Amino acid sequence: MAAPESNVDDVVAVPLRHPWRWISGGIATALLLSFIWAVYSAESIQHEIVTKFLFDHRILEGMLVTLWVTVVCMTFGVILATILAIMKLSVNPLLRWLATGFIEFFRGTPLLLQIVFWGYLGIIFPEIFLGIPFTDIVFFRDQTSDVIPAIVAGIIALSLNEAAYSAEIVRAGILSVDSGQVEAAKSLGMSSGYTMRKIVLPQAMRVIIPPIGNEFIGMLKNTSLLQVIAVAELYTRASTISSANLAQIELLVVSGFWYLVMTTVLGFPQRALERRYGRGFAVVGGRAAPRAFKVGRR
Amino acid sequence: MAEVMVDARNVRKTYGSNEVLRGVSLTVERGEVLCIIGPSGSGKSTFLRCLNHLESINGGRIYVNGELMGYRQSGNVLHEMKPKDIARQRQAIGMVFQKFNLFPHMTALQNVIEAPIGVAGINSAEAKELGTKLLDQVGLGDKGDHYPSQLSGGQQQRVAIARALAMKPKLMLFDEPTSALDPELVGDVLDVMKGLAKAGMTMIVVTHEMGFAREVADKVVFIDKGQIVEMGTPKQVLDKPQEARTKAFLNKVL
Ligand SMILES: Nc1ncnc2c1ncn2[C@@H]1O[C@H](COP(=O)(O)OP(=O)(O)OP(=O)(O)O)[C@@H](O)[C@H]1O
Ligand SMILES: [Mg+2]
Repeated sequence: MAAPESNVDDVVAVPLRHPWRWISGGIATALLLSFIWAVYSAESIQHEIVTKFLFDHRILEGMLVTLWVTVVCMTFGVILATILAIMKLSVNPLLRWLATGFIEFFRGTPLLLQIVFWGYLGIIFPEIFLGIPFTDIVFFRDQTSDVIPAIVAGIIALSLNEAAYSAEIVRAGILSVDSGQVEAAKSLGMSSGYTMRKIVLPQAMRVIIPPIGNEFIGMLKNTSLLQVIAVAELYTRASTISSANLAQIELLVVSGFWYLVMTTVLGFPQRALERRYGRGFAVVGGRAAPRAFKVGRR
Repeated sequence: MAEVMVDARNVRKTYGSNEVLRGVSLTVERGEVLCIIGPSGSGKSTFLRCLNHLESINGGRIYVNGELMGYRQSGNVLHEMKPKDIARQRQAIGMVFQKFNLFPHMTALQNVIEAPIGVAGINSAEAKELGTKLLDQVGLGDKGDHYPSQLSGGQQQRVAIARALAMKPKLMLFDEPTSALDPELVGDVLDVMKGLAKAGMTMIVVTHEMGFAREVADKVVFIDKGQIVEMGTPKQVLDKPQEARTKAFLNKVL
């Protein structure tokens, strides 16, 4: 009763077609193109001005400031967020409270308000000094505005705010790691600090990185709020120029263009990091499909 | 006189109002294999976790290799040890878990050598040599660069055994090491454990594998509701149980 022999290698699997993906993609592309055309053909936008300022040195310098402020704030923010997350998971109730209070405070007030507050610190506390309270011993005394220029105030404001948001992301990442991992580490004689650094955090990264990537993009755009305390980042530079030449829309297009470029480019390191911390978690970096299952199209 | 490796005296453990261990006392001599059997929820895992102080105890004393676990006694008072000292005590006790608990972000070899390098402080060349030797010993010499997700359950459990051995423990604890495995993979893991026993390792094994207990164990204890009901050689406990509860349990599992 021999069934007809069929050679597996001769079978060609035709992948399922997805016409709606193409149709919806087509509609979206058409809408996008018509929008670009509308902006391009609008009489009120003078293209020469846009092209003239696109590579203006002030714009490019502003972009540089935006970039490094973003990187610095994210670095401080995420480090502090990790500390806050560990505090929030601590058995010590005082540490838990402090972390919760910090997070609630900075999430509960508008970022713009926080930036202005740090910017005005020099008016609220004209002098900064380091010494022993209620004695005459002073190690250090100076004008607040000298110690904390606008850019430092801006970095403090953005970093603290970021820490409050990222703390919950890091905490969720830590909680996503199976408790058996900590037990195994302890049973090998690892200290809790070592376990956190080598076992828990590297696994938490997989969960942490995608939302932190979002935060990075949010931060890049939020640096434009530093305009209110006159930090010379991209948006501040663009609006300074436009208040002189009255070409507001054109300079919005210029700065908008560069923000878009920067947020797009930031996606690449994120994907690299996702691959790096995805190692060992199936699928990612997986091996090629078995030979006998060649997929082809006719 | 034989050397005592584990001396548990009247160990008590409660979770809230739930008394999980109600005065467990037993001793294990160097080189002995002790198998613990008992129904689900009887406190077998809890007892193992108390032995390496993953859980603190509410009463009694545990001595491993002559050292009081987790506490320092001065006069009549017990002082809980610093985490650093507890960590040092745990290095002498290897543990193998039901769910393997391998570190998924590390290869098999990295799993084995992480603690020797990071905790015991041996250099990485030496650690790699040790790691490769241990993986060979559990029959996985060619799988060192595989991630746990690329290994079968039985292979993962053997890596976990190699990982525990890498700290050169004086005592190995196994908590149902084969009960998460497909039946055809159980044998490989049990063979590795038999090899260890033959080489003279002191072992405490919580298991439902009666064949293993019969063949390898020097002593078998039956625990129920947090108390030792019966203890003796495998022949005594498994073949001629004296207590009604032991008989009822064995009837169910055999
Ligand atoms: N962390 C914990 N908090 C509260 N109760 C716990 C905890 N761990 C275990 N228990 C309780 O202690 C009792 C004994 O649990 P244990 O895990 O030691 O049983 P076991 O003998 O290992 O059972 P099994 O054969 O199912 O693994 C159970 O009633 C369990 O609910
Ligand atoms: Mg158990």
